[in-house]
Parts: sequence; C-alpha cells; structure tokens
Amino acid sequence: MTGAEKAGAPAPARRTVLILGAASAIARAVAGEFGRRGYDLLLAGRDFEELDRLAADLRLRFGVKTQSRAFDALALDTHGAFVEACRKASEDSLAGAVLCFGYLGDQSVAQKDPTEARRILDTNLGGAVSILSLLANHFEEKRGGFLCALSSVAGDRGRQSNYFYGAAKAGLTVFLQGLRNRLFRSGVRVITIKPGFVDTQMTYGKPGLFLVASPQAVARLIVEAALKGKDQAYVPRFWQPVMLLLRLIPERIFKRMKL
Amino acid sequence: MEPSEVRPLSGWGRYPVETCRIFRPEKPASVSAVLDSGAESSYIARGLGRSYGDASLNGGGGVISFERLNRLIAFDPATAVLECEAGVSLAEILDCFLPRGYFLPVTPGTKFVTLGGAIAHDVHGKNHHRVGTISNFVLDFRLQTPQGDVLICSPRQNSDVFWATVGGAGLTGLLLSARLRLQRVETAHVLVDFLKVPNFEDAIAAMTESDHLYEFSVAWIDCLARGKALGRSVLMRANPAARGDLPPGRGNPLSLRRRSERSIPFDFPSGLLNPFTVGKFNAFFYRLHRTVSGRLVDIDSFFYPLDSIRHWNRMYGRRGFVQYQLVLPPETGREGLAKVLERVSASGRGSFLGVLKRFGSAGAGLLSFPFPGYTLALDLPVTDGLVPFLRGLDALLLDHGGRLYLAKDAATTPETFAAMYPRLDEFRAIRARLDPKNRLSSSQARRLGIAAS
Repeated sequence: MTGAEKAGAPAPARRTVLILGAASAIARAVAGEFGRRGYDLLLAGRDFEELDRLAADLRLRFGVKTQSRAFDALALDTHGAFVEACRKASEDSLAGAVLCFGYLGDQSVAQKDPTEARRILDTNLGGAVSILSLLANHFEEKRGGFLCALSSVAGDRGRQSNYFYGAAKAGLTVFLQGLRNRLFRSGVRVITIKPGFVDTQMTYGKPGLFLVASPQAVARLIVEAALKGKDQAYVPRFWQPVMLLLRLIPERIFKRMKL
Repeated sequence: MEPSEVRPLSGWGRYPVETCRIFRPEKPASVSAVLDSGAESSYIARGLGRSYGDASLNGGGGVISFERLNRLIAFDPATAVLECEAGVSLAEILDCFLPRGYFLPVTPGTKFVTLGGAIAHDVHGKNHHRVGTISNFVLDFRLQTPQGDVLICSPRQNSDVFWATVGGAGLTGLLLSARLRLQRVETAHVLVDFLKVPNFEDAIAAMTESDHLYEFSVAWIDCLARGKALGRSVLMRANPAARGDLPPGRGNPLSLRRRSERSIPFDFPSGLLNPFTVGKFNAFFYRLHRTVSGRLVDIDSFFYPLDSIRHWNRMYGRRGFVQYQLVLPPETGREGLAKVLERVSASGRGSFLGVLKRFGSAGAGLLSFPFPGYTLALDLPVTDGLVPFLRGLDALLLDHGGRLYLAKDAATTPETFAAMYPRLDEFRAIRARLDPKNRLSSSQARRLGIAAS
C-alpha cells in the first residue's frame, strides 16, 4: 500500500495521453486541450527541439507532467520499443493516444515519382497502421483507453487534386473501422477524426480554401470526441453534410468535375 | 519555403490599409529562414496588430506575424521571472499566471498585445508615474538580426542594442523571446477612487497633488465639452486590493469572473458618430460617474474596459480612425493641452472619451515615447480634412515641446518626427550597424524617414 492509501485519501490516478506527431499546429492545440483537463502528456515526433519547447510550454501553462520522445512513423522496426518506452515513461498510466502525424506530399510529384507516392502511403497508412496496431494490443490488454486518429475528408472520395493522400487516408479510415469492431469487446474506444480545412502551415496562403477552422476550434472538437468515445467525427461538424453531398454525386458525373 | 499570404492589412485603427505579404512561422527557426529567403526585399514583425497606424505594415513588402510563436519557455516562482517567445500575448500571461498570484508589471489598455510588440513600443500603463515603462522589467531578450546573428540584449549586455530595440518599433531586429519580471499580487482586484472634476485644470491639479498616493492613475476626459467644462474628466485611481479587502466568502481571491463578451458585428455607418451623438455619449458617461472611494473593481474591468467588446474599432466606420496620443512637458502642459482640447472640441471631430495621464520619469529607450508631463490620447475618425487637421495639432505640439507615440501614429511627417525625437540620430547609427541593407522596414519607418524608402 502506498502512503496515500494508508491515509485514506488516494491521490488522483495519473492519466497520460500520447500525442503522435506532436509538433504540428493541430497536435499542439490537442495537447493543450488535454493539458487543460489535467492529463499528463507524452509528445512524440521527429522535431525533438520543437517537442522540448512544446513540453515546457504545456507544463508551464497547465501544470501537468510532460515528456518528449523520439518517434518516426516510417521506422517501423522501432515502434515496438517505442510503445514499451511510453508505457514505462507514463508509469503505465496511458489513457489514450492521438495520432496527429501525416504527410500531405505533393500530388504532382507523386504522379511522376513513385518514391513520393510511396512516402505518402507509407507515412499516412503504413506507419499509422503499424503504431496503431501495437497500441491497440496494449490497450486491449489493459481493457480500456482510447485510440484517436486524424484521418481526412480527403479519404471520403478520390479527387484528382490529392488522390495519393486521399487513398492513404481512406485506407486508414477502413483500418480504424475494423479496429473499432475488434476492440469494442475490450472496452477500447477507437475514434476516427476527419478534419476539413484547418488554418495551419499546410494551408496558409493557399487559394481556393473555404470554411477554414482554427487549430484551437478543431482541437476542442477532437478532444471532446475522443473523451466521449464517439466513433467518427467530422471537425468542424458541417463537413459531414458537405462530404455526404460530395459522395452522392454519381461517378459518371464526378469524373468530369474539376476537384 | 515558408508559406505566405498576400492581402490588405491594417493596424487597429484600420487606417491606412496596405497590401503586404504575410509570413506566419510556427517555429522560431523559421524566422531567420524567412529573412534569408529573399522572397521580399524588406520585412517587419507584427504581433496581434494592435498598434493603431502603420507600424506593423509593410506596404508592398513582407510582414512576419508572430501569432504562432507563443510558447512559454520557463518560469521561476522565486524571482517571478517569466521567459517566453515574443508572440505570447499579455492575455495568455494573465490567464496562466494571475491565478497563481502574478500580474503584469506594466500593461497597456488592452491585453491583446504580444510581449514582442509591448517591448518594441516600450509600452506604458496606468502605473507609469510610479514605475515607468515595461522595459524596466525586461531582464533581457533574444534578437534575430537581419545579418543572421541572434543577440542576447540586456541593460548590461549589448546595451546599446537593448535601448535601441526598446521602443524601436521592430526596426533593429526580430524579437524572438524575452524574460520579464512579473508582479506579485494578493488578489485579482484593485480598490478604485473615482473623482469627478469639472475641467482639465482641476484634473491636472488633482493628479499633481495626489497621484503619488496611487499605484495606478488614469482619467477619462470629455474632449467635446467646451468653455468652462473644457476637459471635464473622471479620474480613476487605484491601489492593489489585499486579501483582507475582499468581502468574506468571496471564493478564490485570484480568480476572475468570465466577462460576457460582446462584439461589434459590422462597421457602423460613418455618419453615426457625429458631434451630437458622441457629445451625448460623453455627457452621459460623465453624469454616470460619482465621486466615490474604495470601490472594489476586478483587474479586467479596470485595466481592459474595451477588451470585452470585440472589434470595437468597427464603431468608427469603414474608413477607420487615428488615435492621436501626445505627451507634453509639465511647464507647457496646461497651455498645450488647453489648445489641443479647444481645437478638437471646436472642430467637432467626434472623439469618444479621451485618456489623460500624468507620466513619471523618461526611460532610456532611444525612441521611447514617455517623458515627464501629461499624455493625452484621442480617437479621431478618418474624415476628409483629418490629415491637415492633424498637421495643425503637430505644429502646436512642436511649439510646446511635445511628442507623438509611434504605436499610434499614422500621419505625421519626417521633419516633425525628427524634431520630436532628439535621439533619432543615435538610433539611426545603431540601425545602420545592425541592418546595413535595410532588410527591416515598415510603412511607418519609410513615411517617417527612419528607414530608406
């Protein structure tokens, strides 16, 4: 028994959320929303310097414990050890994980260069499937927790402007459906997030975007969806009817459209 | 290549409006990447765009927005020193640290400014008569120079660059981060004494006599009142409230009630603000207040009365407004203020309440605004003939040894500016060393001849 239990006032249990690809604007905002709610944070990604800055920022703002860890979605053989290290670093208090990494890539380059095409698929699908599978096993064993992943509206229908990225995200969406089905019995929630346009480095200054949401607004919706255990959420919500309409267009018409 | 966006941009006064290429880096290292990219021939830093005129604009050039460079870096509770990136807003600092018992050592009338902007304009607050400007509480900062160095500047290290950057309107380099000493407080409240005075002579007399009794002092002045009521004012002077000043059962003494937030949803028609309506509003405001002492007011309401109305700048209509803020020395202050107030009230250029304050000692910033005397800030809607009218006020100011504030200015001339800031040549010399190729420039710097055009 620990001292706190002896005294009859158990300390509130530690809860840690793992953020994969934590250096992006959306991930930073998501981490902030969890921090605000008292969750400790494990920030994982490649830009270590940035992760350390972010860890310090979140610690100061919310008074939660934060740590940064190296993670590379493409280095599949490191993923097993990574999950084990996260388990240890959080003192086995992982409450959930949010997958925020992604690689938009360059559609026009990918059309000519298979290495770019492969990089898009490997990051958004291969890397995501690898780490999510390992985390799924961890949470299944613990019989609880959540896995929340950022897919994309781009995966709802293939369009000429981003179908490599869209194909990878569509694959991720189906993978998450299967995972949700499998983990339902063990009480692990799997949440698919489909963000529309978000005001980040990826979209800044790009022409033709509409209804662009702030990272903070999107993050609030993501964290609410994750904690309520929704199955799937478009963020912001109006993208649901928009995408429904887009999916309803017959293919023989859709193929003629410039999208 | 850092993404960018070309669009029309303005300061808080929405005059002038200029088309700029805006970069919005998300990581500190990207700042130098933008500078070195060669995408634009010159750049100026911009925080939340709360300077009124064209200080954060660079028409036809680059603007580097610091909105996303807002990480807190370190805090030491023992010394109350906070280190953070330059894009952190004062609102964020308050959100984070007021509940822990720390307040800003100096704050302007809005909390929606970044720390970088506050340093670049060496802002003052309602406690200037006691403590001076914000630079008195800046331990040091990191400055990205256009030549690729990052200089650590403090009053001891690179002190010449420190005093040029403080108040230097972003023209010496890009502020990356700074260390600021916060102020401990017991509660999130102040005890305010309201004093109604029938004219500005009495306002000045009261300030001179008893400002020293208060940590914070400011007056709202009716710029449209004329004759014997010229400059009638409501003085609001306060001291921090101690724990024992709060009524029992108040709950956490450091928590603030969330204020309901209102927003001006669209531009008011320009004709709405005319001498009649504004005169009525000002008279109402004056009547509303009573001389009372010791009223408990929360920090948000006392320091940031307008922050609860989002987009309040839309009240002045599509053409925008200019905030004219001046300071006059004590010897000529009364006479100068009287002349300015007479001109404004006679012109009928509807200004809502102006702000009057007595300044304490001047700081060491080469282009810092405050010096001992009286400062007056007026909002003047942009209408035909405004610029010639302001030129007239400028001449009057020069006659009385006054000066204007770069954070507000949108219209003055290089000659006037040079006459108002005797240390401009020292500033230029330091700038020539730090930025020989004129890679930092703003619309304001070119208009005033601080940077080559």
